Amino acid sequence: MSNVADSTASNDATLDGHHGDAHHDDHHDHIPKGISRWLLTTNHKDIGTLYLWFAFIMFLVGGAMAMVIRAELFQPGMQIVDPNFFNQMTTVHGLIMVFGAVMPAFTGLANWLIPMMIGAPDMALPRMNNWSFWILPFAFLILLSSLFMEGGGPSFGWTFYAPLSTTYSNDSTGLFVFSVHIMGISSIMGAINVIVTIFNMRAPGMTWMKMPLFVWTWLITAFLLIAVMPVLAGAVTMVLTDKYFGTSFFDAAGGGDPVMFQHIFWFFGHPEVYIMILPAFGIISQIIPTFSRKPLFGYASMVYATASIALLSFIVWAHHMFTTGMPYQAEIFFMVATMLISVPTGVKVFNWVATMWRGSMTFEIPMMFAIAFVVLFTIGGLSGLMLAITPVDFQYHDTYFVVAHFHYVLVTGAVFSIMAAVYYWLPKWTGKMFDITLAKWHFWCSLISVNVLFFPMHFVGLAGMPRRIPDYALQFADFNKWISIGGFAFGLSQLIFLALLIKACRKQGEPVSDQVWDGAEGLEWEIPSPAPYHTFDTPPVVK
Amino acid sequence: MALQSENHNMVFRLVIITCAMFGFGFAMVPLYDVFCDITGINGKTNETAVVYSAPEIDTSREVAVEFITRTHKGMPWEFSATTQRIVVHPGELNTVEFYVRNPARRDIVAQAIPSVSPGTAALYLNKTECFCFNHQPLAAGEEALMPMQFYVDPQIPDDVTVFTVQYTLFDVTARADDPKSLDNPFLSGSNAE
Repeated sequence: MSNVADSTASNDATLDGHHGDAHHDDHHDHIPKGISRWLLTTNHKDIGTLYLWFAFIMFLVGGAMAMVIRAELFQPGMQIVDPNFFNQMTTVHGLIMVFGAVMPAFTGLANWLIPMMIGAPDMALPRMNNWSFWILPFAFLILLSSLFMEGGGPSFGWTFYAPLSTTYSNDSTGLFVFSVHIMGISSIMGAINVIVTIFNMRAPGMTWMKMPLFVWTWLITAFLLIAVMPVLAGAVTMVLTDKYFGTSFFDAAGGGDPVMFQHIFWFFGHPEVYIMILPAFGIISQIIPTFSRKPLFGYASMVYATASIALLSFIVWAHHMFTTGMPYQAEIFFMVATMLISVPTGVKVFNWVATMWRGSMTFEIPMMFAIAFVVLFTIGGLSGLMLAITPVDFQYHDTYFVVAHFHYVLVTGAVFSIMAAVYYWLPKWTGKMFDITLAKWHFWCSLISVNVLFFPMHFVGLAGMPRRIPDYALQFADFNKWISIGGFAFGLSQLIFLALLIKACRKQGEPVSDQVWDGAEGLEWEIPSPAPYHTFDTPPVVK
Repeated sequence: MALQSENHNMVFRLVIITCAMFGFGFAMVPLYDVFCDITGINGKTNETAVVYSAPEIDTSREVAVEFITRTHKGMPWEFSATTQRIVVHPGELNTVEFYVRNPARRDIVAQAIPSVSPGTAALYLNKTECFCFNHQPLAAGEEALMPMQFYVDPQIPDDVTVFTVQYTLFDVTARADDPKSLDNPFLSGSNAE
């Protein structure tokens, strides 16, 4: 597909920024040391690393909150926390996992990989890149500190439905609103950076239909982000003014409408779920061909399927609101539109399976996560299809069946894809192979525990157990015990991952070749391992 | 540098899209009302009086109109429909009354919010007079009969033979800053009857 060696030969400037090269600007000659390196960095690799570590820390913090939830639900009755604190845990767990873990992890991967994949020296807007990362810790500091306020933090669910977040919330809502504003600004700046980089900084010969799928899916995701994050900002602003400044956007007494909140929120919220899964599709589309030793089956159809999913995501939002009393014509429209999304998604799953079909498959750690993704994401997709059926949704709405559905697509979908990506590119980042034994432990412990954790939720959900409650009827006790055990095991399994990452960052392990994985293709595998601080100062020529 | 100005142009355009989408979030508020108004999806009825156009009364059809009342959380008023169900011919003008009493020790201003179910019937319910068009104040201990005059549009689809109008009373005393609004126009009317 491309040949970097060629361009190295034809240019006297070095391609990969080997240190101390006489042709280079002085910024090449040293990597800044100490804390100021990280505070002031404009290097896409440093910022990618910051994003990934931040996301992982948030993953552990949000996970700890899930442990509190599961500990309370281990047995029926009220044991450990009071209902108000329980509600704060479900709310902040959701907010942190969505905005603090999954989205920053994908942005981190985009920072690390997109310039390397398209042959660009850095992101297009490096200073904005620094800014968009460094406002993020403050957003979460504000959100987490609100938990220590009198009356506690936000407790209205991550969806902050009015009037729960307006009439019935406490004064931590102001902090919640501002933290969401900051998260939104950060994501929008990250998205603008990705779009400008991909449009303007591709190496010569890197045409649109030669771009790696991770780049394609991120480009489409970035457009979704700038389309819907401002709508979320609008929604939280309306909550803020309704609560503190006497407006009546969502207050029926003043001529507003609480159901309208749900329309505005889900107009953001549904594209948001694709923001959290499209980059995952890109990652899996990079990994499966490598370990099947075959080019991706149906590259063009993958691109079109991604774009179709993104477009359809704007016309399905009301499937979250089937029980609000919409006329049945509207329910049928949103039901059919939702089911339509399973067509391009099905194309993708088909293409991944077809890529593996008769390939020379090997099962390295990234591939194991990728295969687990394909199987388990499909389970999550199928339960989504069940939820799309309007009359059935009347029974499933707000039960644990919904919880099972979105955790299958977000944990075994988005989070597994992020883990697959980290294992896939980590040797390129550090230059050393990670600890494979630990990685295997991490994979198998996670795979088993995550299914013990989320699969029984389908059953309790179908039997009618409502979500977001700290106590439940006795007949759900056995399943909930198993779910909690699975939850604790899944939480502990992530400490294996933490140990592995610390070892990897200390550069322990066997050195790897530039290609790292036999069968890996793309520009990022043609630069040295570990990836030099500056890459592609002279653009490679892609053939 | 050419690339830099190209980048800045693009950032400028993307920031405009971002701002436009922020505006769109707010534009959804009036759009939502207009959309619901046109389609009648939300069960909202007209908010200002319509003029009775005296359409031909369709005596061949009967439509049952039911009235439900409720008060929002924290609203102490007693609120009930004196007519809970009325069978009307489409096109004829009818008046129903609602009883309210303020048992609290403070003056309260109320706002009634209607909702029609099934929502499609809302398009064909035309109110020529309604207590829900204005704030309704009652001093502590006062009571009143509030009228609502309406006709059902003869265009109402044949499959709608019954629909329900629900009024929810909200306490809007904090919002009603106009002191004159404490004169309830229906107060004298109810005394006269």
